This record gives sequence, C-alpha cells and structure tokens, in this order.
Amino acid sequence: MQITKEKKIEMLRSMLLSRQFEDKLTELCKIEGKIPGMMILCTGQEAVGSGVCAALAPEDIIISNHRSHNHLLARGADPNALMAEIYGKRTGCNKGKSGTLHLAVPEVNALCTTTVVGGGPPIAVGTAFAQQYRKEESVTVCFFGDGAADEGSFHEALNLASLWRLPVIFVCENNLYAGAQRYEEHTKVKDIADRAIAYAMPGEVVDGNDVTAVYRAACKAREIAVSEKGPTLIECKTYRCHGHGEADLQLYQPKDEIAAWVEKCPIDKLRDEALSEGLISNDAYEEMNRKMNEIVENAVRFAEESPFPSPEEALEDVFVSSRIS
Amino acid sequence: MNQLGMGQAVNQALREEMMRDSGVFIAGEGIGVGIMESPMLPTFGLLKDFGPERVKDTPVSEAAIAGLAVGAAAAGLRPVVEILFSPFFTLASDMIVNHAAKLRYLSGGKSTFPLVVRIKNASGHGAGCQHSHNLEAWAAHCPGLKVVMPSTPADAKGLLKSAIRDDNPVIFIENMALYFQPGPVPDEEYLTPIGKAEIKRQGKDVTVVAWSNMVGLALRAADQFSQEGVEVEIVDVRTLAPLDKETILASVRKTGRLVVIHEANRTGGFAGEISAIVMEEALASLKAPLRRVTGPDIPVPASPPLESFYIPNEENLISAIREII
Repeated sequence: MQITKEKKIEMLRSMLLSRQFEDKLTELCKIEGKIPGMMILCTGQEAVGSGVCAALAPEDIIISNHRSHNHLLARGADPNALMAEIYGKRTGCNKGKSGTLHLAVPEVNALCTTTVVGGGPPIAVGTAFAQQYRKEESVTVCFFGDGAADEGSFHEALNLASLWRLPVIFVCENNLYAGAQRYEEHTKVKDIADRAIAYAMPGEVVDGNDVTAVYRAACKAREIAVSEKGPTLIECKTYRCHGHGEADLQLYQPKDEIAAWVEKCPIDKLRDEALSEGLISNDAYEEMNRKMNEIVENAVRFAEESPFPSPEEALEDVFVSSRIS
Repeated sequence: MNQLGMGQAVNQALREEMMRDSGVFIAGEGIGVGIMESPMLPTFGLLKDFGPERVKDTPVSEAAIAGLAVGAAAAGLRPVVEILFSPFFTLASDMIVNHAAKLRYLSGGKSTFPLVVRIKNASGHGAGCQHSHNLEAWAAHCPGLKVVMPSTPADAKGLLKSAIRDDNPVIFIENMALYFQPGPVPDEEYLTPIGKAEIKRQGKDVTVVAWSNMVGLALRAADQFSQEGVEVEIVDVRTLAPLDKETILASVRKTGRLVVIHEANRTGGFAGEISAIVMEEALASLKAPLRRVTGPDIPVPASPPLESFYIPNEENLISAIREII
C-alpha cells in the first residue's frame, strides 16, 4: 500500500504537535501549583495514535485511556480546550470536570477517555454495536495498554465483538510497562496480539514506533471492520519513555533501555524518511516545528488567561433534565 | 383494565417503547431464548416479534453487557440491558458505577447516556445469597444514577416507559416474586414519572415508607390496623434516586409517626437515609421515635426457615408500628 505524501506530512505534523504539547506539560507540571492532579504522558508513543487516527474517517469513534493526549490531538481536538481542561479551567473541553485524565471530546467523536484500566473495550463494543445497528460504514477504535489486556473486561469485550462481528479495532499500545511492572512480569504470552486467536479475530504485531506501519495496519483493520468481517486486535510494540506519571522516578526502568528507545523516536524516523524521499525540506520541517510550538504556546496562554469555574459549578452536569413525553 | 403480573407489565412497556423508537434495543443473558419460557416473564415473545437485531442474547459477560449499554447509549441508541440476578451487578458494576454514572459529568455535560439496566431480584425462592441480594442502596449512593423499584405491575409499566425515554442512566430493579402477583394495568398508554412517590393508602396516624415487595406487605398490615381504628398511611417511594422527599415529609408532618421498611439488610440501608432526612427536616413533627424494619445484617440464607427469618414480614412491621403508636 502506497502512502501519499500528504498523509505522511499529516502524520508528521500530528506527532510533532503531540510531542510539543506533552513536552510543554512535562515542564509545566513541575511548577508548583500550575497543573492540578497527576500528569500521565505518552511521550515517545506518538506513532500509535497518529498512525491509527490518520486511517480514520470523521464519523469513526475513538475510546481512549489515561495516556490520551496524542489520541485526542491526532483526532483533531482543539489544543486550547484540551490545555484549559488540563489546567482545570472553565473553558476546558469538559468545563474542569475531567482534568487531564478523562478528557472527552465528542465533537471529534472521541466519546470517552476512561482511566479504569480495561474500561475501554466493553464501551467500544457498545459504540461499535450502535454503528452496526444503524448500518453505518464506520468503526470504533479502542486504545488501551498492555496492562488492560490482563483485565477480564478485555476478554469479555473481544469475545462479544468477535461473536457479533462488530466493527472495532482494538489497539493495544504495548509500552512494555504496566505501572512498575515490566511486560514479562505481568503477562506470560510473548505477544498480546496472540490473544486474538482465542477470539477468532485477526491479530497483528506492529512496530509501534513506525507510524507508517501503524497506519497500514489500521487501514487494513478498518477495511475488515467496514466490510462486516468484524474486529481486529493490533498490538503496537512501543516504549514508555517517561514514568507511569511524571512523579514516577523510573527507578525500575534500566537507563540504557530508556536511552535505546529514545533513539528510536518515531518522529525522527518519519522526518528522516520524509527528508530522504524529498517530501519535505529541512526548512519546511523546522517551520512545521515552529508552528506546532506556536499552537502549544497559544494553548498555554489561553489556559492561563481563562477563569476557573466557580465552586458551585461542581453541581452541574450530573444529570440531563429530561423532557419526558 | 387488564390483570397482569409485573413481568407481563414490563413486557408491555418494552414492546411499546420498541415499537415507538427504533433506537431501543434489549440485551442480556437468555432474554431471547431462555431456560424458562413463560408468558409471565418480562422478555417473553420479544425475539419472535422484534428479531435478533433488536433482541440480543449475550454470552455470560456482565461487564460486556453493561459496556454495550454505555457505548451504545453514548453513540445515540437507547439500550435496555438485563442483569439476570441482582448479585451479578458486581460483575457489571465498573461499567455502571464508573462509566454510566460518571461519563456525562466527565464530559462537562456534552454527552448523554440514555440507558436502562433492568436488575432482577429474587429473594424468597431459596436461591441463596449469590442469587438474592438487595443492593438498591449501593446504586442510590452513586451520583449520576436514577434508581427505580416498582411495587405494582401498573407502576412497573409506566416507570419503565419513562426510564427508557429518560436521557440518564436508570437502574430498574424488579422483584421477581411480583411477576406472579397480578394487578390492574390500564389499557391506554401512560407514563409514570420517575422521582414521584405515591400514597398507596391514606391514613392519619402513622406513615409507613416502603418500596417494591414491601408495599404489598405494608398494605396488608394497614388493613389489620384499620380494624383497630389506627389508620396507616403508606408512601410508596417508587424511586430511590431522585427521592421524592416532599411527599415523605408531608406525610410525616401529618401523622407524626414513621416506620421505614425494606427487605435489604439494615446497616447502610436506604431506610437510614430516609430517617436522616426526616430527622433533619421534620423532627418537630415526630410524636415518637421513628422505626426501621429491615433484613438483619446477614447474607440472604437458602434454607426456607432461615430465608423467612431474613425477609421482613407483616408481624415485624406490626410490632414496629405498635411500639410507636
């Protein structure tokens, strides 16, 4: 499958925006009192969300997890509204109710971000069921980590999705760590993709730091899903370059392991490819980098200048006031 | 008026709402083809009339069933899913408690989750504590859930129709003993509002607050007191969340005496909540200390004499009323 120049540039841009956004958050969360709550980042894993989302149509749905920033930005969420939400501001995409961990952006069909590990797959079954029920040509993507594949809900969801041939792409972002546990310490099978066999669906292992490989796998899975052949499990092998959260000292991650994976940066890889293929010039790349930085700086300014919600706004948005007729 | 059991009334409600709205579908274990086939059961005949696209028999996968509801609701359908017996709620509870109840709030009010979880409750059948457990107080304790527990077939029909049209998640708990106790159900279409208690019997001397199967028991006890010249008022709350506290308080202000009865065990039971509301808002009206009649703090036992000991009976209620009049 040939990937167009435009698609490669789109993915490069998407990964760069995500990296700049999170590099900024890495900085900001160290400043006392700046960002409330935990800070959980996907730095170095950008090829997964950017590659998968590049394969999607606007009507497709994504379900994300605690490492969501890249997925949401790649899906086209407004960086200003995301940053304001992370700051806990009223102008945030969820009015300060979700914070950095549960960002929901229904405007771009990012219907929910769940931080309950393994919470996403059963919900993806539901959204995909709705897509099938309405005979839409659309799919649901569910992003989750290697830890989630140990939850019972993951197995229930894969079984049901396969049984009903639901249009779901289960994307496992295997970043080699679930909390402080290295992959081998929490899962016996070498590849999580092998679990697809148990549910009679295609399973594929992909280099999760190669955005074009991720994109190709997602295109193939999407094609299978919309042609009513059911779900696919894609395992993207990647690496958690930062800790579980930014407060994590990473004492259990070998320094040389981290360094080796930082070398395998998915952005550098695509940039080098694009440069050598003549898809982009050095100047144009630098200009793109500068533009992404500007977007992030604007988002920070927007967030900082935005007001906090007033305390009693906490009481809003629990229920819809239904009109029953 | 037809004489129907509660299962038949629920069946009518499902039927009418499925005919009215093509977005309504039902799912659960054995709801299409079940172990028991009886016209007294709630989903009898629905598979034949609505087909397998809208009547979804599921695997034994409560997390996936509840996730199906959450996702399908997020994507615009109106799922009505069934939890076979109330203790299995725990298997579905992450999807209900952490997702159905919270995702609207986390979206800052952007998303809606119009879903109904029907839970069948079954004490009195010798099935034991893993098939019998009154857990309404758990559900009512979760902000974001509505909790409905009808006591009559007519209420069950009208309340379920309202629940399906409600844009919020509704937990609808059916006591299975009531499936086999026929009562009048209006022929014409009607809705019963969620959040409205009903005075099932007028009285001036003592208020009994009850729900579900305890309402019938309270009515029988009231008949007995009537012969002695003591008029008991029965408030059927019908909905625990939102609770119609105005109707409860107005009744207590009138009678000056209160007994709350529920089948669930005592500690942390919903009678405590109702008692606290009355103490805070109508203490001056009380002519005697209030009383709670509940199951003891034990799991529901299996052997008939043990189970009968667990379930509050008319004698328990009569003694409690005698203590305060």
